[in-house]
Parts: sequence; structure tokens; C-alpha cells
Amino acid sequence: MQQRNTLAVLVDNESGVLSRVARLFSGKGYNIESLAVGTTDDPAISRITIEVMADEKQLRLLCNQLRKLICVHSVKALRPEHAIRRELVLIKVLAEESEKRNEIIQIANIFRASIIDVSKSSLTLALIGDESKAEAIQNLLTEFGILELVRTGMVALERGQYTIDEQTKEKGEFDYGKNVLREGL
Amino acid sequence: MEMTGAKILLECLREQGVDTIFGYPGGTILNVYDELCNYSGEIQHILTSHEQGACHAADGYARATGKVGVCFATSGPGATNLVTGIATAYLDSSPIVCITCNVSVGLIGKDSFQEVDITGVTMPITKCNYLVRRVENLADTVREAFAIARSGRPGPVLIDIAKNVTAERTEFSRLDRHDHTAEGRLGALMRRWDFKPPEPDMDDIRTLADMIAASQKPMVICGGGVVRSRADKIFTEFVHKLDAPCAVTLMGAGGLRGLDSLNTGMIGMHGSQASNIAVDNCDLLIAIGCRFSDRVALKPDTFAQHAKIVQIDIDRAEINKNVETDHHIVGDARRVLELLMPLIDEQHHDAWKEEVFSHPTETFYDERPGCLTPGQVLSAIARQCPQDTIVATDVGQHQMWAIQHFHFDYPGQLITSGGFGTMGFGLGAAIGAQVGRPGKRVVHITGDGSFRMNCNELATEQFYGLPIITVIFDNGTLGMVRQWQTLIYQQHYSQTTLDRGPNFVKLAEAYGLNGFHVSTVEEFTAALAKALESPCGSVIDCAIDMDEMVRPMVGGGSHITDFMIN
Repeated sequence: MQQRNTLAVLVDNESGVLSRVARLFSGKGYNIESLAVGTTDDPAISRITIEVMADEKQLRLLCNQLRKLICVHSVKALRPEHAIRRELVLIKVLAEESEKRNEIIQIANIFRASIIDVSKSSLTLALIGDESKAEAIQNLLTEFGILELVRTGMVALERGQYTIDEQTKEKGEFDYGKNVLREGL
Repeated sequence: MEMTGAKILLECLREQGVDTIFGYPGGTILNVYDELCNYSGEIQHILTSHEQGACHAADGYARATGKVGVCFATSGPGATNLVTGIATAYLDSSPIVCITCNVSVGLIGKDSFQEVDITGVTMPITKCNYLVRRVENLADTVREAFAIARSGRPGPVLIDIAKNVTAERTEFSRLDRHDHTAEGRLGALMRRWDFKPPEPDMDDIRTLADMIAASQKPMVICGGGVVRSRADKIFTEFVHKLDAPCAVTLMGAGGLRGLDSLNTGMIGMHGSQASNIAVDNCDLLIAIGCRFSDRVALKPDTFAQHAKIVQIDIDRAEINKNVETDHHIVGDARRVLELLMPLIDEQHHDAWKEEVFSHPTETFYDERPGCLTPGQVLSAIARQCPQDTIVATDVGQHQMWAIQHFHFDYPGQLITSGGFGTMGFGLGAAIGAQVGRPGKRVVHITGDGSFRMNCNELATEQFYGLPIITVIFDNGTLGMVRQWQTLIYQQHYSQTTLDRGPNFVKLAEAYGLNGFHVSTVEEFTAALAKALESPCGSVIDCAIDMDEMVRPMVGGGSHITDFMIN
């Protein structure tokens, strides 16, 4: 059964790496639901968070193909129950009358969204959360008239002390095929 | 010492021990070709008729010698002409480095003359590729490219160099290959693994040893990984210690001697009955360097259904990709076998062997009076040519017949496009193999369909005095497609009949080679004898019947023993 999966991928911070990673998804016919990229504490390494609809087997094959790429350091499929997932959503809402404006501000307060821009006829809200929170506020704001909405894409970390860098046996197996020292170079 | 990018590139190729390059010049790669004149004593450049031929030749060279093949092409159409060759090398894990030059950095992205984003185009068919925009990065990139092409699961790598980089100057000093990992990009790569060479997991190997001890009906598959890692010697020892029947895949030919008493022949769609039935009945299947392609494991769900399946492969992504396995070992075939051998006892499986070898391991084709059959041609070649003859093929019926008939005895003896099935691969590959192994006889087996695709390389064969013997199975049709049309499409022969030129004898002569047309065994034997004596290359056009079929055949997606024809 297909479900939404979160993949965290550590890659070289170089040009062309994102297209190398993204084309694996398009090449195998998967639509990327959400994508976020940024550098990590090591400026030479970027972290890509990808959400994709796939079943267990498809997810495994995707991860395996990702791990083969030389530019990929590590890949981890984050289980929803073990991961913290957040995205930032900016919503520009029509707010021409003060009554409506107040209602929108109340909704923003309930969702702990902040008002980051005001004009005579609009309000822009910033909200941090997972997709259920974003969806809920979106539903409430629709009646006011959403002018524009943008999301950063989900970023995620595993709960607890675990990190993407763990040296598992499987990771060692993938590295075997990539290790350029095999032939004593 | 300060030098130009073009010189740095050639110096880097010398660092890698490259002495042969296949290529074709053009506008953007002129600086490199200009510098190449100064290396005429060290590097031999083979000018082909077409970039595709150069790429196939580099591939054939790599397969025959085990070294990295190198080819040069210019930007735009030169680069895109390499694409089929790169994909062919990728699917068969052949180590080649393709070097293309692009327009200068200032012209990139402006749809300039002969500009193409070749790194974008080749992304899905290379292990890795690079666009070099700064001369300071050139040496590092070339070093990394070679290391990646030949390490792990080998494969093609492409380096695209902006033209201005080949003219700009920077400091360079030649380094020994062992020092390449000390710094730069390779150094950074090595730090990921703490400079540790990889080793297979000993616990996994012990588990396999236990499984072997418990098995009554073990079976081995020799895949391309055995050939790539040149593990044939220890592989043969392993199969005999196990006393297990061993099937060979298309890419595994030469991993186990063709006439070895445990060799059950090819496996899969056109596999022997012995191989296919044995896989279906064994209780332990050990597949080494084999990715269970859909031409081997035609129906993955029922493949080796009574067996525990063990997969040994250097590429972890191949494990459980096509067939679900019970156990796997990630590692180089030779290294895994070296570690496994001391852990297993001498086995004897006489009853099981008797069961397997009661089925034919080879196909015998009927001879029909007055007709020249593929079997007769191949038997004559096997009889008249030296035992260690290198066979390069194109793709189609002739390819399957050749593989069924010849007994390949060492890695690199068969050069064929397995995974990508590239028609037109053979002649270029034969040229690469003959250049790489000048002491060996090279025979190129082809069909009239495949040969017409890239016969332009006859000019290359003639110019460099390569005594390649091309044998055309000329049945006036795209035989393999016709076979499918006969068996699956109600004899509806749509666009497969090749009732048109050229006259292959005249064609060969036009290129300055020997041309023969034969339609009986006697004529073929005589023509081949002349070809073998001639210092230059030959083309022997053999008229065969268009309704000859490759047997046996299992339909795509069918259970491996459901033979459509025997």
C-alpha cells in the first residue's frame, strides 16, 4: 500500500547534485510531494528532505538507488512515529474589512501563526507545523480568500539521539561498492 | 610546472597508464588534439568513422583487457553520438572514461554552436559525470573519474571540459597513482571511509558456508561479476569443491570454462534445458555477480522456487532488486570466494548432477541438405580458429547462436552487449578488442540487420590493419524480431524483411577488405581459411534461411521451464 514517506539524504554541496537525486524519482515514475534542501553544519554537505508516495518495496528500491550515487553520503527513511517533521507556510489572505481582519488574527493566534506583513487589503501569516496543521488553517482561511500560499517543504529529524550518520551494516555494504580504494588504487 | 589544460589532461591519462584512445576530433576539443601530437610515442589514437564506434571500441577494449577504455569526442553532436555507447557500457558495467569538450564557459547556456548539456543528457547512464569549468579542477577530476570508473561495480564516467579550460594554464605535477588519494577530491572521498579498503562481512560468509553444508542440491550461477573481477580461477575451484552444476549468464561467459564438466550452459530466455530445469529444482542457488535480469529470472516470483537463494554482488542496490533472496553477501566476487573457500568441505552430489545432466546442456540444430545453417558456420569457426579466439557479437539471433555454440574459456573472450542489447555494437567492440589484444584472433559475428547499422567502421579496421573477420548471418530479415513475430504475432512480418542492399562483398571491397559470399559449408570453410591467412580484415557474408530459430526459448514473463520451443 502506498503511503507518504519522508527521506533524509546527505549529499555533497555541489552543483548538479540536486538534479541527480531528483531524476531518480522522475525516472522511476514517482512524484515528489515535498522537497527541501539546505546546507548542514558542515558547509560541504547539504541535506535534502524528500516526501514521496511509495509502498515499502518501492521505498526500499528508491533508497538503494539513491545510496548508489557517489554524491550521496547517507540516506534514511524516517518513520513518521519516530520523526519530527515541520514546514513553514506563508499565507497571504484578503483582509479588506476590519471585522474580517480581526477574525483572521484570532485564527492566527489559535494556530500560533505570526502575522509577518500587513497591507490595507491583506494579511500575510507565517505558520510552522506539519501538514495537518497547515491544512486546518488553510481550510479556515479559504472563506476569507487566500491570495497566495507557499510552503518551504517538509524538513525532518529523527527523535531521540539517533542521527542519519549511524554506521549500520547496510550502510557499510553500500559503501563497499562506492569505495574507490578497492583496487588498491 | 605550469601547463595548459590540454597538456594536463594528457599527463593525467599517462598517470593512469592510458596508451590507447579512441576518438573523433571537432571544434571544441581542438586544443587537446593539438597537444596529442606531442604524445605520439606514448599514446596511440584510433580515429574511428563515428563517435559511436569510438565509444563501442573503448568499451570492447575495456572488456577484452580489463583496463579502463578511453574515448574522445567533441561537443554537441560529437558528445550525443556517444550516448548509445555509454548506455551499453553502463548496462554491462564496463569501465570507460569518455572525455568530451564543451563550448567555453562564457558560451555555455547560450545555445551556442554545437553546445549540448551532455552531463545532463548522460546522467542516467553514467556512474558519475563532471563538467570542468576551471583548469585548477581538471587534474583532480580526471583522477577521480578513473578511480570511480574502475572501482566497485565498474561503469562509464564522462568528463565534459569547457574549451577555455583546455587553453588556460595552471601548475601541475605528475603524481603516482597511489598518491592520488592523499589530497584533492579523491582524498575527500577516501576520508568518508577513513581510507579503509572494503572487505566482505565474515559472518555473512560463515552463514553461506553453513547453508552449503546443509544443501543436497546446490546450484551456482556465474554472472558478469565473475568476469569483471577476473575471478575465473577461484570460481572454478569453488564450483568443483562444491561439486555443483553451474549455469552461466550471458555476461558470465568465460567465468567457467565452456567445456567444464559442471557447466550446464546458458540460463534464461534462451538458456539450456539443463540450466533452466536445474534452477527450478535446486535447493540452494548461489548467484555470483548476477543481477537476475528479466532475461534470466523471467518470472521473479517463481524463480528457483524450491531453493534458498543467495546473492553475492559488489553492488548492494542489486540485492533483492529483481528477485527476493534469502541471504546475501556484498563484496567483490574474487574476494568473497577467497574468504569462503577455506570454510567449506569437499562436497559430492552425484545423484543431483546425474539428474541435472540428464537434460541437454547445449542445443543441437538440425542440418538440412543444401542449406547453410548457423550451426555449421559456427562449428567451422570453432574448428578453424584458435581456441582462444575473441568473439565479438552484435545483437539478435546470431548472438544467441554464437553463445550457445562457442565454448568460452576466459573472461573477456566473449564481447557482447547483454543488458542494453545494442545492435551495431559488434564491429566497434571488435576493433577495441583487437587493438587491446593484438596477439589474439578476433572474430566478429553479426547479422545483416546489426551490421548495416555501423558498418562504417570497416574503414577504421582497414586503416589500422586490424585482421578482424566479420561473419554475417545474412538471412535477409531481422531474425530475432521475426522469430517473435512467428511465435507471438501470428507470422505478421511487419517491417522486418531486409530485402535490400548492400552487396556486402562489394561493400567490403570498397573499404579495401576481403569480401566473400558463401552459401554452403564448403564455401564457408574455404573463405574462412583465406580470411585467416590474410593480413587484412575480411567480411564473410553467409546466406542462411530466414526461418531459422534460436532454441530453446522461454517467453518473457514465463516460468523458466515453460519452453515455448525446445
